[in-house]
Amino acid sequence: MSAPSAPAIKTERLLNLVLVLLSTRRPLTKAQIRKVVPQYASAPNDEAFDRTFERDKDELRELGIPLATEDLSDGWSEEQGYRIDQREYALPDLTFERDELAVLGLASRAWTQASLGGAAAQALRKLRAADVEPDEESLIGLEPRLRTVEPSFEALKDAALRRVQVSFDYRRPDSDETMTRRVQPWRVLLWHGRWYLTGHDLDRDAPRVFRLSRVAGKVRTSGKPGAYDVPADHDPHLMVSRSARPAEPHPADLRVREGRGHLLRRRAGTIEDLGDGWSRVRVDFVDVEEMAAEIASFAADVVVESPTELRDAVRDRLTAAAHAHGGAR
Amino acid sequence: MTPSRAPRPSAGASASESALSRLSRLLTMVPWLVNRQGIDLEDAAAGLGITVEQLEADLNLLFVCGYGQMPDELIDADWEGGQVYLRNADTIARPLRLGLDEAVALTVGLRALLAVPGLGERDAVERALAKLEAATGAVGAATSSLDVDLSSDVDEGLLSRARAAAEQHRRVQLTYHVPGRDESTQRAVDPLRVITMDGRWYLEGWCHRAEGMRMFRLDRVEAFEVTDEDGTLPPDARPRDLGQGIFQPDDADELVTLVLERPARWIIDYYPVEAVRDLGGGRTEIDLRTADTGWLVRLVLRQGGQVTVTTPARLAQAVRDAAEAALEGYAAG
Repeated sequence: MSAPSAPAIKTERLLNLVLVLLSTRRPLTKAQIRKVVPQYASAPNDEAFDRTFERDKDELRELGIPLATEDLSDGWSEEQGYRIDQREYALPDLTFERDELAVLGLASRAWTQASLGGAAAQALRKLRAADVEPDEESLIGLEPRLRTVEPSFEALKDAALRRVQVSFDYRRPDSDETMTRRVQPWRVLLWHGRWYLTGHDLDRDAPRVFRLSRVAGKVRTSGKPGAYDVPADHDPHLMVSRSARPAEPHPADLRVREGRGHLLRRRAGTIEDLGDGWSRVRVDFVDVEEMAAEIASFAADVVVESPTELRDAVRDRLTAAAHAHGGAR
Repeated sequence: MTPSRAPRPSAGASASESALSRLSRLLTMVPWLVNRQGIDLEDAAAGLGITVEQLEADLNLLFVCGYGQMPDELIDADWEGGQVYLRNADTIARPLRLGLDEAVALTVGLRALLAVPGLGERDAVERALAKLEAATGAVGAATSSLDVDLSSDVDEGLLSRARAAAEQHRRVQLTYHVPGRDESTQRAVDPLRVITMDGRWYLEGWCHRAEGMRMFRLDRVEAFEVTDEDGTLPPDARPRDLGQGIFQPDDADELVTLVLERPARWIIDYYPVEAVRDLGGGRTEIDLRTADTGWLVRLVLRQGGQVTVTTPARLAQAVRDAAEAALEGYAAG
């Protein structure tokens, strides 16, 4: 058998430490731990052992292992003791009904990306450790999938979960220009297929909404976790929908070729047959540019009659597309 | 040795797995195996989402660990006969409490289910959520930092009929609008499942017209009829792996090269792009494959000059012709 790799040795050391601290009823001193965990015995000196032990403690706590410190000092010497309480460590006994397990299975597969997908699979394995029945989750026939393509997702999710202040470069909607924003993250929200961050913008001293797809480069954190509170009445859904959904709808009159423009016809207020192979279709729209993009995609099958601003916006798009492909206009 | 930073528990193991995430995996694996004494090695690996080689490496590691170094203090792992037995592992026979990412991933997944319009299992989801929240305690409180809103303009009646057809394996007859050609098509489909992703709802199933697995956007379904015919999928039909998104190219599809201006860069995230080249000045050149060039012409027109087709020239000409024909409609005004 080949020699174990460095990470394997570290895993052995940490696992031995967990086993030792879980099995002891009385807190163990550092010296006792050093004797009983073989990987510590090989530390060249006290200082090297101390450094490794301190880091190991931090890392176990990072995993959520409740490693407790107790004061063992008496009149003659100061001494700390360490142990892990089995009751604090172990997942409480949970019994799930079959239908609950089915929806848990479904929930665990909602994440398509590796990081939360892996965490969800592991969580389910913990919950089902003692449950050996085969699952019936395939019966549900419905799967919500949560996708995170934005590179900033992982860092901003962690910051919102731990309430850590961040700064990042934020792109303006239609240019490469970025501006550094300093934010106390409140919530990360998936809304209409896109991820948003809500939080307190420190430079503007006001609540703001950020689109994760516009965060450029790395997210930097500063300060300690839990450094601020999220306002108790914060409603991320309301805040994001308000920022993303402006204004009242306006009607547009469109000429649509017979048998074409199905999507427009389906949401039309009125459709009038013009008798010359065309219909007049009245459709409500909110954002001129979004509507112009949709109409341009129908090419010669849809022509805007009114309003003028929509008509111009469509004509501009078509002209730009023709130009880009060597067109004369 | 580089100390690993924030733990990233993964479903399976990989060469780059950190010591800490492996530890986390082992602490989950032990209770699972202890409750399944004598399980076949292959079944165990499959259930744990790892390879048999990885499982053997893990068992070898467990074998040398214990609360002391006397033989009766060490974990006893035995898989000689192809069946896995773990003994003397009482200390870690119960799983560690859920970590923050684990609690978040499951809780938000359940809340996403609750957000599904007209879900029949709402009651089961709420019970599971309540138990999970009770079990996660303080960690659970932080999970509200991540939230999903799946509301969309989907037709609830259509959604539940599509789901029922998938569950009961009944063939459906669809009138489906194909935006690439702006036309309605008739299709017989054996439905597999209903999916929501990126803010839209899809029915995935075996399309008899295309003789393959297809995704149908529910908001483009014009008529939906559940037939009395059996809709069991062909045995070789496989659901798509959705890790890369809804759109998935085929090697037989046409290779297209596009130049994207800055505002059109979102296309890279939303479609499976084969190559991305930075041209400087905010411009990006990409290659993608598509079977449906009609769809692509529409995409390019929609972006109004922010996307340019460079090859094939035939497709660039098609965009230009379509744009010029459309501009005719505005010539009079």
